[in-house]
Amino acid sequence: MFKNPSFATGFAVIALVALGAALAGHATGYEFDAINMSEVLKSPSRANWLGTDQYGRDLFTRVLFGARIALRVGFIAVAIESLIGVTLGLISGYLGGYVERAILFVTDLTWAMPPVILAMAIVTVLGPSVNNVAVSIAVVSWAQFTRVVRAKTLSLKELPYIEAAESIGESGLSILVRYILPNVAPSIIVLATLSLPSAIMSTTALGFLGLGAQPPTPDWGVMLSEGISYIEDASWLSVFPGVAIVVLVVGFNFLGEGLRELIDPRIKL
Amino acid sequence: MNGFFAFVLRRALYGALVVLSVTAILFSILQMMPGDAIELLGGNRISKNRIEMMRVAWGLDKPPAIQYLYWLRNLATGNMGVSIMTSQDVAKMILGRLPYTLLLTFLALAVQYLAAIPLGLIAGVYRDSLFDRICVQSAVILRAIPSFWLGILLILLFSVKLRLFPVSGYSGLQSLVLPVLSIALPLIADTMRLTRSEVVETMAEKHVTTARAKGLRERLILLRHILRNSMVPVSVMFFLTLPWLIGGSVVVETVFSWPGMGRLLWRSVAQQDYPVIQGIIFVIAVLTVVCSTVGDIVLSLLDPRIKGAVKS
Repeated sequence: MFKNPSFATGFAVIALVALGAALAGHATGYEFDAINMSEVLKSPSRANWLGTDQYGRDLFTRVLFGARIALRVGFIAVAIESLIGVTLGLISGYLGGYVERAILFVTDLTWAMPPVILAMAIVTVLGPSVNNVAVSIAVVSWAQFTRVVRAKTLSLKELPYIEAAESIGESGLSILVRYILPNVAPSIIVLATLSLPSAIMSTTALGFLGLGAQPPTPDWGVMLSEGISYIEDASWLSVFPGVAIVVLVVGFNFLGEGLRELIDPRIKL
Repeated sequence: MNGFFAFVLRRALYGALVVLSVTAILFSILQMMPGDAIELLGGNRISKNRIEMMRVAWGLDKPPAIQYLYWLRNLATGNMGVSIMTSQDVAKMILGRLPYTLLLTFLALAVQYLAAIPLGLIAGVYRDSLFDRICVQSAVILRAIPSFWLGILLILLFSVKLRLFPVSGYSGLQSLVLPVLSIALPLIADTMRLTRSEVVETMAEKHVTTARAKGLRERLILLRHILRNSMVPVSVMFFLTLPWLIGGSVVVETVFSWPGMGRLLWRSVAQQDYPVIQGIIFVIAVLTVVCSTVGDIVLSLLDPRIKGAVKS
């Protein structure tokens, strides 16, 4: 697996980010919300590698804690969207007929709105918080799982061993779970990895708009929107949280590309 | 031709159904919002009686389904209601903002395709050259950059450090440069990758070899045989990404305080100004569905083989 350069690069980047996120508080010796009014807006130095913000909080510490939030929201969102998407994909592919048409119509509905806008509407209703952002991202982006899983199920259900299972009287549910799902699983893993970057980017966008995590939570989007006010004097506040987003997203893109090449080269997003 | 007309009609009807369903769903979702605009407006300062009167006046006392039907009936006559915050006519508010958003979106589209197609063509033709590798690698980074952060970086570089462009708002053509770039640059990456891979695929096809064997000039082969055939998927993507651009512009408009529809939506969401939110979502849903419908139709015109696939 590690001979695949995309996978190896992605894995290394993600491992590094995860390590940083895990050690966040201990590694830097600061807390993400430790206010220090005598060290306000200090530029990057030995004591504060990435400088400090308007409350004198260590930016490096906050960026590391931000990785926790990005990873958490990303994983929750993708878990929910794959759960919804895979279930509907299996059902529509296997049952066909009106059920399939109804499900396909609903997937068309989610594609009728730009995801950020739909997520904005949903998060407004649920109230701004990190978990609600995850839910709203999942609600707008499960459809691609349905599309892929449905196509796979359609071709799988024609295979002789499925027919055999049907003829000995196995129920539809048991066929789906025992025979079709395991065969679709590798594609789901690839798709889930490829969905993480866009989930993370949407999270930061919603955070930036003030619809996600609320201060003092060290969400990268929130940090960037706070940093704008100090762009003239403390440009590091506008730079480093963004660099962190790009690093994590590039990491997952590589990981996903690598998995795609290794497992299922035909999957498209 | 008759079959084609029927196909167009069916797609259009389906599109209308999608728009109606989306607005119905969003309408009911918005009704579930905790607390309504009147409480938000008046707080505890207004008497209970007065609150009830206002509720009735705005139709907020009716069940969501009825409110939706009211809204549809008004919409048919071009009436989207009035803003709860400013009492302005919603349709007028949106119409006033829409040109700014469309200006931004279409300029970004132009930049995106004018840059991406030549880059992708050259990278594909000279595959594995240094130029190709630079293009592919920078695309990896470019598509990972959130447009709002790109906007911040551009402000930092061109407005704060170099003082070349205004930071925000709309003050003539020069204030377009930075927002357009922040929307277009990340999208160039995807379009370039698509163009490149299509070019690579087309170059391996037999008709290109035939053209070479006939002794056609290389430039002619490039334009007539390779570029033209590679453009089918790219032009479809054009229509499919248009809504994404509009969505992306919400965030970028906020960064640059751009007086467009996106920033209006953002402000209305913060103020829970239902009529405005509903109006904007309707407009965006219509734009999106029109784009994807036109995309399907164009695709079926460009490549008749795909027609069956489009329908399913």
